[in-house]
Amino acid sequence: MHRIYRSHILICTGSGCPGAPIIVEALKEELIKRELENEVRIVQIGCPGFCSQGPLMIIYPEGILYCEVSPDDVPEIVEETIIKGRTVERLLYEDPIAAQLVTHYSEIPFYKKQKRVILKNCGLIDPENIDEYIAEGGYEALGKALFEMSPENVIEEIKKSGLRGRGGAGFPTGLKWEFTKNARGEKKYIICNGDEGDPGAFMDRSILEADPHSVIEGMVIAGYAIGVNEGFIYCRAEYALAIRHLKIAISQAMDYGLIGENILGSDFSFRITIKEGAGAFVCGEETALMASIEGRRGEPRTRPPYPAVKGLWGMPTNINNVKTYANVPRIILNGWEWFSSIGTETSKGTMVFALTGQINNIGLIEVPMGITLGEIIYDIGGGIPRGKKFKAVQTGGPLGGCLSTESLNTPIDYESLKETGAVMGSGGMIVVDEDTCMVEFAEYFLKFSTDESCGKCVPCRVGGKKMLEILNNITEGKGKLEDLDEIENLAKFMEQASLCALGQLTPGPVMSTLKLFRDEYVAHIVDKRCPAGQCISLITFYIDEEKCKGCGLCLKNCPVNAISGEKKKPHKIDIELCTKCGTCRDVCKFDAVYTK
Amino acid sequence: MPKIKSLEELRKLREETIKSMRVRKSTSTKITVGMGTCGIAAGAREVMHAILDELEKRKIDANVITVGCIGLCAEEPLVTIERGGQPGITYGKINVEKVPKLIEEHLIKGDIIDEWVISRG
Amino acid sequence: MERKINLEKANEIMKKHGNNPEKLIEVLSELNSEYGYLPKKVLKQVSKFFDLPLSRIYGTSSFYTMLVTEPLGENIIRFCENAPCHVVGAPEVLESLEKELGIKIGETTKDKKFTILTTSCIGICGVGPVMIINNDVYGNLKPEDIPRILANYK
Ligand SMILES: Cc1cc2nc3c(=O)[nH]c(=O)nc-3n(C[C@H](O)[C@H](O)[C@H](O)COP(=O)(O)O)c2cc1C
Ligand code: FES
Repeated sequence: MHRIYRSHILICTGSGCPGAPIIVEALKEELIKRELENEVRIVQIGCPGFCSQGPLMIIYPEGILYCEVSPDDVPEIVEETIIKGRTVERLLYEDPIAAQLVTHYSEIPFYKKQKRVILKNCGLIDPENIDEYIAEGGYEALGKALFEMSPENVIEEIKKSGLRGRGGAGFPTGLKWEFTKNARGEKKYIICNGDEGDPGAFMDRSILEADPHSVIEGMVIAGYAIGVNEGFIYCRAEYALAIRHLKIAISQAMDYGLIGENILGSDFSFRITIKEGAGAFVCGEETALMASIEGRRGEPRTRPPYPAVKGLWGMPTNINNVKTYANVPRIILNGWEWFSSIGTETSKGTMVFALTGQINNIGLIEVPMGITLGEIIYDIGGGIPRGKKFKAVQTGGPLGGCLSTESLNTPIDYESLKETGAVMGSGGMIVVDEDTCMVEFAEYFLKFSTDESCGKCVPCRVGGKKMLEILNNITEGKGKLEDLDEIENLAKFMEQASLCALGQLTPGPVMSTLKLFRDEYVAHIVDKRCPAGQCISLITFYIDEEKCKGCGLCLKNCPVNAISGEKKKPHKIDIELCTKCGTCRDVCKFDAVYTK
Repeated sequence: MPKIKSLEELRKLREETIKSMRVRKSTSTKITVGMGTCGIAAGAREVMHAILDELEKRKIDANVITVGCIGLCAEEPLVTIERGGQPGITYGKINVEKVPKLIEEHLIKGDIIDEWVISRG
Repeated sequence: MERKINLEKANEIMKKHGNNPEKLIEVLSELNSEYGYLPKKVLKQVSKFFDLPLSRIYGTSSFYTMLVTEPLGENIIRFCENAPCHVVGAPEVLESLEKELGIKIGETTKDKKFTILTTSCIGICGVGPVMIINNDVYGNLKPEDIPRILANYK
């Protein structure tokens, strides 16, 4: 029997809110103390996406949203909201643009321009309770597929919907399924790619944590359509909570007979096994991932043959991203016409992005394809902190590229991003402001990718190192103009001759910053100047005499005694002695230290 | 947990579970129960439980919320019903026995029980 | 200084998983958390159990960052140096951390108290810069926070 409670208190216990479990404990205690435990239910939900304001608490039926809740707030919340029905104003979200308090979850600007299709349940249901997923229409699509559609119908539906893979490359999903279906092999497999190695990307983690059943249901439907009885979910070991929720979800689905033998009484059977990664970025690449499942070093191999023909243990294998599978039940249930009505001509549906970096509303968002970058940055993201100017956004992770102010009106879809030199990637969006040096930014990504090179092929291993050396020289003021040509040649070589996409795409960030911010590269090389004031070798620290109040804080903190000056009079930095550690800039309360 | 052996069984389970999720959907009916110290002393909590049971029994979608004392302590327990954006009707001195009739008349038949009303709008 | 290694636990773990090569990474991961690292003696045992050459076992262990073949310090600091943390000030915090302990990333202090490693993004970029010491997560770090935090582990 399902008990009816008059109020539900939802608390985000996703791993992005490390303080949440203590709040749950405090709340449990308080409810028992007030004898409300039979009236009010605590529901631990996955991430609703609004991470910059976490830990979040949503109280139903009112739908009140409280932000940055701490255990000390709990007695007041229970007393005021649960018992007296009043809102606790100091915990409400304040819209920074309209300077207004917002009471209801649904009215926050962060959510207004979003279209939540695959994140629909995230932050609404308890991921550890399959009944809540079912109550929201879960597994209905599986039933529809099994009893009302032939496997061919299912593939046809997915093809017509226009769904493309959400793992980066954007390959049409229905077509991929058909390839695997038509390939010959005594056994076939299905894999869900939950490796999510891109830094700043936590879309897949959030979905696996907050709505694991949607991914499982998608995989079972794929299994039915392709004619496969065995699936693997490859999830990185760092995602402990996601793995825990997956395990619970799988065992509950087994108990209900939604996976296992004779699903829903049909003659279709499907098993799912979880495989944990052990930490290697390249394992997100499909051939490397399969090597890892087989218990070997996760090194990629050349394609073709594609996994659809020769995959896991040499058998035809369909591999899709977490989000790709999560879209499937929605499409089957609502029909391809519905899905293809969202988005642009070539990119259908929605895209999930993780907004991070120098942006006000850090978090997880889902938007229709075709939304402009400006809408994402300003309307949803709330703009850049401290009144700084937007400079660029890196999409597609370390193998992606940049978009600059020029692209603020560009509609986001696979094709238009490619035109600008960036890529859709899996959905990380790292925003940087005017104080970021784009050369250093590119160098940073290049270092990441070269560190992750498995070393198997020369272009990737050696080409990446060589390029990194050149960039190092440029940021240290030792660059030459010819270096820029050399970078372009190396990039071409790596793109054409590397074994896998890691090597082919490694030059991406360098090439795209070079295209968009060439003048910054030139300033480093010709004028020996870093326009953003970040590259230590190229900057000199000065004290602004107008702003300096002579407080002496910098003088006291300078590790090499390079600062001199009398109390209450402007201080000075001795350029000869200065090691450019930046301490004076950090400690100055008057913003008087500047660089040139 | 018993296995679900057909699509019909899945749908039945869904019907069951959907009820427990209703609290998280906004409905067009809002029932407010006064829960100040005065209300609780007069039996408001029991009234609220009775309302929840009755809604469940009659399969009515409504949000039940509580408020503090509104200064009409002598009339507690107070129950206000708002439907479809209409101004609320507040009933006074509601007890557990009155609840089924209240739900029957106001929410099912749509008739206001005038003699219990203490304020409108 | 190789501590005395008790192989019994290792045998138990291996037996539990069976010797299908497909299980190699699971076994190594579990051994790694049991012993804190993968001692040579244990790897030899693994090689025997799976009937695979020691080079294959080493090759696999060295490929994955979560598997380590050297003993680490008592407290393991995993510092996030990924882009979202990087652009909100991770380099300065890391510098302070390295200065405070006198070691660089990948190294262990002489007294074997601390090891600094990097972690891949743990997806809590919203509170960056981020580091994890053993199982405690620290967010919104500033360079001057470091000495106070480390003091808890000394
Ligand atoms: C270096 C590298 C890393 C990758 N990492 C991931 C990843 O973390 N998650 C993912 O889904 N796909 C990743 N991919 C893409 C996969 O190879 C593959 O294209 C994808 O899983 C296919 O799924 P889709 O058709 O649903 O997009 C990566 C590719 C490369 C080259
Ligand atoms: S980049 Fe540090 S947690 Fe994501």
